[in-house]
Amino acid sequence: MSENQTPESVTPEPRGKREGKISTRHIEHFVAPLEETPLQDIDKVSIGSEPLSMWAEAWRSLRKNPLFIISTLLILLVILVSIFPQWFSSTSPTACSLENAREGRAPGHIMGFNFQGCDVYARVIYGARASVIVGVFTTIFVVIIGGIMGALAGYYGGWLDAVLARLGDIFFALPLILGAIIVMQLPMFRDSRSPWTVIVTLTIFGWPQIARITRGAVVENRGADFVQAARSLGLSKFGALVRHVVPNSLAPVIVVASISLGTYIVAEATLSYLGLGLPSSVMSWGNDISASQISVRNNPSILFWPAAALSITVLSFIMLGDALRDALDPKARR
Amino acid sequence: MSTNNESKDGFAMNPNDDRPLLEIKNLAISFSTPGGPVNAVRNANLTVMPGETVAIVGESGSGKSTTALAAIGLLPGNGKVTGGQILFDGEDLSKASEKRFIELRGNHIGMVPQDPMSNLNPVWKIGFQVKETLKANGLAGKDPNGRVAQVLADAGLPDAAKRAKQYPHEFSGGMRQRALIAIGLACRPRLLIADEPTSALDVTVQQQILDHLDTMTSELGTAVLLITHDLGLAAERAQKVIVMYKGQVVESGPALEILRNPQHPYTQRLVASAPSLASKRLESQPVEVAEGVNAVVKPDHSGARDEILQVKNLTKVFKIRKGLGRSEDFTAVDDVSFAVKRGTTTAIVGESGSGKSTVAQMVLNLLKPTEGSITFDGEEMANRSERELFKFRRRVQPIFQDPYGSLDPMFSIYRTIEEPLRIHGIGDAKSRQLRVKELLDHVAIPTATMHRYPNELSGGQRQRIAIARALALQPEVIICDEAVSALDVLVQAQILNLLNKLQEDLNLTYLFITHDLAVVRQIADDVCVMQKGRIVEQSTSDEVFNNPKSEYTQNLLRAIPGASLML
Repeated sequence: MSENQTPESVTPEPRGKREGKISTRHIEHFVAPLEETPLQDIDKVSIGSEPLSMWAEAWRSLRKNPLFIISTLLILLVILVSIFPQWFSSTSPTACSLENAREGRAPGHIMGFNFQGCDVYARVIYGARASVIVGVFTTIFVVIIGGIMGALAGYYGGWLDAVLARLGDIFFALPLILGAIIVMQLPMFRDSRSPWTVIVTLTIFGWPQIARITRGAVVENRGADFVQAARSLGLSKFGALVRHVVPNSLAPVIVVASISLGTYIVAEATLSYLGLGLPSSVMSWGNDISASQISVRNNPSILFWPAAALSITVLSFIMLGDALRDALDPKARR
Repeated sequence: MSTNNESKDGFAMNPNDDRPLLEIKNLAISFSTPGGPVNAVRNANLTVMPGETVAIVGESGSGKSTTALAAIGLLPGNGKVTGGQILFDGEDLSKASEKRFIELRGNHIGMVPQDPMSNLNPVWKIGFQVKETLKANGLAGKDPNGRVAQVLADAGLPDAAKRAKQYPHEFSGGMRQRALIAIGLACRPRLLIADEPTSALDVTVQQQILDHLDTMTSELGTAVLLITHDLGLAAERAQKVIVMYKGQVVESGPALEILRNPQHPYTQRLVASAPSLASKRLESQPVEVAEGVNAVVKPDHSGARDEILQVKNLTKVFKIRKGLGRSEDFTAVDDVSFAVKRGTTTAIVGESGSGKSTVAQMVLNLLKPTEGSITFDGEEMANRSERELFKFRRRVQPIFQDPYGSLDPMFSIYRTIEEPLRIHGIGDAKSRQLRVKELLDHVAIPTATMHRYPNELSGGQRQRIAIARALALQPEVIICDEAVSALDVLVQAQILNLLNKLQEDLNLTYLFITHDLAVVRQIADDVCVMQKGRIVEQSTSDEVFNNPKSEYTQNLLRAIPGASLML
């Protein structure tokens, strides 16, 4: 190796036995009484506290975190609304009458009526389902595809890593919305527009992000001593990936996935707003925001309510991600 | 040797003044943590006279660094001095303002930090970092660059003016530590706090650095507060030793007296288990007795104890990439041959970069040798099928260096130890549970800890779990790769004793990879000394220690701190 010639590589001169230093001053020999620091067993195992796994410990810190409590309550509410909208609104969102168009609030219609004379509150409630479906399923698919790609690339490395990384970069380089606009224009997507086409489109552009995160976490863990130990116990290479590397790499993926869930909902709303996302037959916040832009100046409240619902939902997922990040921070745990 | 008090430039103004330079009285420091306040230091007393070297010795978590950091006002944010006094030259620093500390740091109290790898800023040249210190204390003068070169040269860096223009990554560990010492002493402080200044370095480098530090500080009349975990080193380098345990000073006094006549039971324990002071192998055992008679082991006499592992002409060449398409061969292991007899311990000793760990990885079959053969129990290991390797893995197990890295944090202790049994399909759930309990018993861990997770255990306890896991498959050979290097002295001795007992009980064979010759003496029967990929000396442990043949081994032995101090 072309190392610098360091002074250390020079052999030290042989010298006599070192004698230690003896001070000319008088140094008192002090011995603490034994009662003050009773001697403990060397390296005694403390079994006072209750045993906790990483997830149990994360849960313990999460449940005291107000950010987590608020965001979880909001998310549960949104999910409940999207599954059982009828519990929250007795008015049908499709029972519209043009007589009521752009009317203000009225008894039983606290958010007033939109351009078509439909109840805004009912539409906000019923519109939740499309957003939640798109957000949740996109996240699931993105995590599955991105996670597998990232884990394989990171773990096996070599040409597989190179190929998958470049493939991911291609998708990464395309702006999500721009790419989605193109894809949604393809005949097969255009002719059968539904929440599922939106999910597929968002997945195509979303997986590289998760793949990158997973790859990073896997690369960090694949060289760990415990993986080598498991390998020398006889565990196969793939077995070590599944049993040791992946579980240890999950934390950052969960954090990023929960934050992305919010951004997928935003992306769906954006596409719907542009008229490319969900078909107008599907009730969604994005479609409603889009429809209300014509009355932005005279009657902004029609726009305000679906936008507010969208913002709160997205915000709560991002807050959840933040809270998870704090709880799962690997630095807090050795 | 007495302290050289004749300072050239009168920094130690009144050297024979009997006023202490630093006096810590009843110091108490506590840290506020989410789990409530933790008292890191209680009732600590110590005095440092001008020009004197005082060593604080203790295990990790004993409060030794915390005490010293308080004296320079560098406690971490959640730490606070809650009682007592820190008198520096008569001035109480326990309540001093940050502004006052800034005045003191550098030109009155200098500091040499522990880790030379992370304490230099990688984006600035070495010279700039030294100049920074000089400027901050108004000592740069008219020719700052010349002054920088002078300071670096004083710290023992050859060709200092040129070196000052290099970046930290171009320096080796020892050179970085010299640069840090240069920074610490650049402003001629009256007190230098050296926090484990050489713990990260090889022994021979450690010796040179400490020798040089000695020379410099005695020339300048600087008092040194040396923090170390190594009692041998403390006794050798300091006039006065302070032993700390659980945040308290348990014993203090003249270095040699503490070493030879320890009074406090904790100090007695420390002296008894300090590897650098040990003079023989742990506990006698039949193997050694048998060999003691026949001191020179001849290969043809080995009928009684067969050689379970034979390594012949092992070579490993790594390709180091040098830009596109070009690569350079680097021979990490060069023509290494040795044999390990069943039921004994063979140590491979060497400094960093000697190739000892590469040998271990090849023996474990985690790395393919470039050339040479490894024979395990009469069977050649090269070109084995996966199936045969699987069987081999049962019989040879590793224990790794870093106890914090070798256990999967997601696995409970039970699952960790059970894993090998499960992989090899041994027994059913119930019998596996019994086996895990038995293994925990072997390594003296209460079975109640079975459902705990590694993060709740100390380093030594984790290492014991790792040993239990390695034993699960009843292996014949265990390869310990620096298995005790990361542990405190007492815990280290405990693990070594455990390994020794297990060897006796289970007739295990150890291949012990270490940088620490002192540990070798405690555990090994045979020793191979490696340097730059080659074995430079190979013999029985007694032979190597009592009659080292190669110059390199002699240097290594000489560098063990405190070895010559015990009577």
